[in-house]
Amino acid sequence: MNVILKAENISKQYRLGTVGTGTLKHDLNRWWHTVRGKEDPYLQVGGVNDRSAKATEDYVWALRDINFEVKKGEVLGIIGKNGAGKSTLLKLLSRVTAPTSGSIKTKGRIASLLEIGTGFHPELTGRENIFMNGAVLGMTRTEIKSKLDEIIDFSGCEMYIDTPVKRYSSGMTVRLGFAVAAHLEPEILVVDEVLAVGDAEFQKKAIGKMQDLSTGEGRTVLFVSHNMSSIKTLCERGLVLDNGAIDFFGGAIESVDHYLLNTKAIPKKENTISENHRRQKTSKEFQIVKIQSLNENLQQDTPIIFHILIKKNSSLSVPISITGTIVNQSGLDIGSFFSDSIIVYEEEQWVDLKIPNHNLSPGEYHLNFSVAAGSLKESNFIIFDQAYESIGFDVLQEKNSGIFIKWNKGWGDIHFNSKLRKYEV
Amino acid sequence: MNNKESDDWLYEISPKRKLIDLNFKEIWQYRDLLIMFVKRDIVTVYKQTILGPLWFFIQPLFTAIIFTLVFNNIANIPTGNIPPFLFNLAGITAWNYFNQSLTQTSNTFTANAGIFGKVYFPRVIMPLKTVISGLFKFGIQLLILLVFYLYFLFQGFDLQPNSNLLLFPVYVLMMALLGLGAGMIISALTTKYRDLTVMVGFATSLLMYISAVPYPFSEVNEKIPSLAWLVKYNPLAQIIEGFRYMILDTGIFTWSGFFYTLVVSIGLFLLGLIIFNRTEKNFIDTV
Repeated sequence: MNVILKAENISKQYRLGTVGTGTLKHDLNRWWHTVRGKEDPYLQVGGVNDRSAKATEDYVWALRDINFEVKKGEVLGIIGKNGAGKSTLLKLLSRVTAPTSGSIKTKGRIASLLEIGTGFHPELTGRENIFMNGAVLGMTRTEIKSKLDEIIDFSGCEMYIDTPVKRYSSGMTVRLGFAVAAHLEPEILVVDEVLAVGDAEFQKKAIGKMQDLSTGEGRTVLFVSHNMSSIKTLCERGLVLDNGAIDFFGGAIESVDHYLLNTKAIPKKENTISENHRRQKTSKEFQIVKIQSLNENLQQDTPIIFHILIKKNSSLSVPISITGTIVNQSGLDIGSFFSDSIIVYEEEQWVDLKIPNHNLSPGEYHLNFSVAAGSLKESNFIIFDQAYESIGFDVLQEKNSGIFIKWNKGWGDIHFNSKLRKYEV
Repeated sequence: MNNKESDDWLYEISPKRKLIDLNFKEIWQYRDLLIMFVKRDIVTVYKQTILGPLWFFIQPLFTAIIFTLVFNNIANIPTGNIPPFLFNLAGITAWNYFNQSLTQTSNTFTANAGIFGKVYFPRVIMPLKTVISGLFKFGIQLLILLVFYLYFLFQGFDLQPNSNLLLFPVYVLMMALLGLGAGMIISALTTKYRDLTVMVGFATSLLMYISAVPYPFSEVNEKIPSLAWLVKYNPLAQIIEGFRYMILDTGIFTWSGFFYTLVVSIGLFLLGLIIFNRTEKNFIDTV
């Protein structure tokens, strides 16, 4: 019941593109509206924060109408894709920048660990920087002095404490920075991806310290991470951001599941392959251009069929084959296929790929394709092009499915065929 | 119930802003940070230089020598019974403090975007620390001035300060306020459009010439009376002339000029504070 932090309708608008005469025009227009006591005209516009979409307007809402409450002593995990608005939210919370509209009310001091080691000066020694960094984060000199030994001990950099920080390794800098921040005494601590740099021992230590802060000392922690397992272990509650809006707000484990389910929005009908689907540079003598799925009512006993448009960029006339891996919803590779080969003469050629007996259980899957030539047996296997997460498909529940009504995902991704016959001796 | 709860909020982050939103309690809480920034400034400026703190002396000394050669030996600007070198050194010392406060304050936002973008503390700490650490440098340069003052005194020149010396702290304050005020205005205006950054460099060196640094005020009155107003209403010229008047007993001092300068300094400072305040909340989005 004890709410310590409350966000009410916070929105943040950013301008796209560069600052130039165009922005000056908008600024003058905005100023002219304010002078006449009217509302900012550009608050009416602004696109949804979708990183990969084409920009249609000059403004974008990095965050739009965010409402949430955090109770005292709670650890809240904030998750979302790159560019979903996580860091913007943290910036607003830590008062680095102000919201465009709405307000954040708090009953405690907020200290942020947006990037640790802020205010470290390379020429100063570790000890001097502890004071410097502590002061930047809002501690007084006496406060730091009383905790100095503890901080040095926690950082594990005692030997280097009187050496300038510019001689430190990056890991040591992070350790020292986190040590200072962890000994802050704010009521609310904002942490953003700090554990990524430290070694395993330090990460464990840091996570332990954060748990102590919340359970032992009743501090509230807001934690942003892409590491789902640390969100699950550390946090009680989770906030999933998507395109600048709250997608889900609830228990940490439910949030993580919700997030993982929704991150892979892979088309299921047709997909044009772009550089986003290639994980490494490919030679593209043969290139995968487009994939169509013909699997609308796919069941366990119907074949999976794709039509793939192959573009031939060279005069090579080797037999090519399509290979691929089927991946389940949690990102686990289930199985792979290696098709037989054909020779392509045309510059653009549609091919038809069929996987007859897949035995996949009902659920959602997607595919990674590649077009290749040669054989692994003779070690002349070449991959010309790849398309990761290229197309998805659903396997539906069979109407007549034997003894069960619905496949339980706990049984796995493959529904093996089995036959039972009487066996005469 | 709801009302009671909302009374307990420690603070609220919102886009609304007051005209002057200075939280003195908060600045006081961060006093250790201010002190540390000042110390850091002084300690680290000349790290990894061979001459180290000697650079504090070299710049004003050489400037004074060149000024003496150009303005007094070549251009024959009279400095009364004051040795020209001392006359110039006094002007440069005062000018330097203002100049340093102005130029360093004017890039507060751009130079500190890194730290401002990550952590909150009262932004006004940064200009304040510039002015305070500049004071240290100013003190050192005053010492050099004193050394030459004594040197010329023993050489038999008739040098004596006058009772205006009591106003010395006020003069330092006025210099600081002017530098801060102008600097904060420029810093706020450069967060989005960088045009002014280009201007600051040459504008300050031009400003020096209409601030009576290498010549006494009386010279302008005499030689180009039509443009004398440019110098007369320039608060900096008033400060520099006044500074020389109090330590060398040379030049013109009027109480009206003094109060005029005081009012302009405070006015410019307040204006700077308002503009700085309007900018600090959102500058990180446009810097």
